[in-house]
Amino acid sequence: MQTTSFRTEHLSVFYGQYEAVKNISLNFPEQSVTALIGPSGCGKSTFLRSLNRMNDEISQAKIKGRIWIEGEDINDPSTDVIQLRQKIGMVWQKPNPFYKSIYENIAFGPKYHGVKQKKQLDEIVESSLRKAALWDEVKDRLKQSALSLSGGQQQRLCIARALSVKPRILLLDEPASALDPVSSSKVEELIVELKKELSIVIVTHNMQQAARISDYTAYFYLGTLMEHNETEIIFTNPENAMTQEYISGRFG
Amino acid sequence: MKAKLTDKIATFLIVVLSLLIVAVLVGLIGFILVRGLSHINWSFLTSVPQTIRAGGGIGPQLFNSLFLLVLTLIITIPLGLGAGIYMAEYAKPGKITGTIRLVVEVLSSFPSIVVGLFGLLLIVNTFGFGFSLFSGALVLTIFNLPLMVRITEQAFRSVPKEQKEAGLALGLTKWKIISSVLFPVALPSIVTGTVLAAGRVFGEAAALLFTAGMSTPRLDFTNWNPLSPTSPINPFRPAETLAVHIWKINSEGLAPDAAQIAAGASAVLVILVLLFNLFARWLGGVLYRAMTASKRMG
Repeated sequence: MQTTSFRTEHLSVFYGQYEAVKNISLNFPEQSVTALIGPSGCGKSTFLRSLNRMNDEISQAKIKGRIWIEGEDINDPSTDVIQLRQKIGMVWQKPNPFYKSIYENIAFGPKYHGVKQKKQLDEIVESSLRKAALWDEVKDRLKQSALSLSGGQQQRLCIARALSVKPRILLLDEPASALDPVSSSKVEELIVELKKELSIVIVTHNMQQAARISDYTAYFYLGTLMEHNETEIIFTNPENAMTQEYISGRFG
Repeated sequence: MKAKLTDKIATFLIVVLSLLIVAVLVGLIGFILVRGLSHINWSFLTSVPQTIRAGGGIGPQLFNSLFLLVLTLIITIPLGLGAGIYMAEYAKPGKITGTIRLVVEVLSSFPSIVVGLFGLLLIVNTFGFGFSLFSGALVLTIFNLPLMVRITEQAFRSVPKEQKEAGLALGLTKWKIISSVLFPVALPSIVTGTVLAAGRVFGEAAALLFTAGMSTPRLDFTNWNPLSPTSPINPFRPAETLAVHIWKINSEGLAPDAAQIAAGASAVLVILVLLFNLFARWLGGVLYRAMTASKRMG
């Protein structure tokens, strides 16, 4: 497997004058899940969005500091953002499948990036759906609209879609918070399974979820990184009193 | 108790008002059809009009209306789509965008007779296109563009932004996202806009008097050379449309059956608008299903 070194270095994100993310240096180890936790408005989603340059879309947003992926500074002018985003998949809170068939949802990305043969596309569709634990449920209805799926299935389809371009990093922004408990636990199992191949960064408001699936946890508060450590340590013996209060639900 | 009563009265009023509108529409269409349908037959639809004798038809006018529609849509749809997409996806909020929007809105509120005279001065005379289908199509574009731009812009804006983000995260370019992800979702609204624009083409008379003209040369329907003056598909020949024809025979028709011809032509016009509406929705539905794999238009 190709080594993926993925980290931020003194990263700050500004919206106009407002500094939403303040000077954060974080390392995301390979084949592991890093959970970003913290109260609403603490900058964790902004931080996540800056990792694949989604903030480019917001004209007010400015970045200071660096984000390194495999020795490449992603905000360097020479970086091709199209190629960059293929390396980094992203899944949001609300399932957002394309208004296309289940098959097309998965095949669309690879097709655009140059996979032309039908057989190869079929393989990508099948393997992506298998990895997202959705294949058995949809293999007989690939031509149907993705919108005919249930919310939980749609979310797994979105994960499969993200996997279709073979990313090495997966960014998840509260991927299970809009789902029912059964779908939610399926997505959690999936994340644990996927980390064998990818680095995963997940924003979550659900402390149990962070504890169950992540290897590392970073606690954000008002745009600063308060604490970052192995999940077990954060949840059993945090250094910072505020972290302790937040994870035990007394604050935030 | 009082709140419930108010609610009941409001419901009653709303139902009565909607029924009233439906009744007016049905009555109007019914009146036009009842008066005109008896006059419609194949020779009426295909033969040329007569100036002073009875028994004239509306063949060339019918063809002109349809051809003018095609010409206008060929100009309006690309321009409208382009400008609408620009406004929705590229334009940054600011002075220029605000100005464009203001111009577009002002354009849509111009009286058609004024736009017609403007067309006469600029397109017909200064540019030298003469009384022609092409001049008419340009003038109709002036009317339809604001509608098309606004509808396209709104259609694209109403696509959830998560769709765009999903495309970006897959490493798609902006244009690919617009053309393959957003456009299919926006399509049903764009079809509606096109139908509205088409209604305007069929119905407009005032602006066409001065631009497409009030006469049609003798057409030879076997001549398909678009540059020949007798060819029906020559866009640079004068062309009286159905709506203009109705106006003309009603105001200065000399034929003894002028009133019946006007009634028949009106019925044809109504049916034409209806048919085009159904056709556009059907076509939009087919495209939408093909692009989105869904069962019906959203």
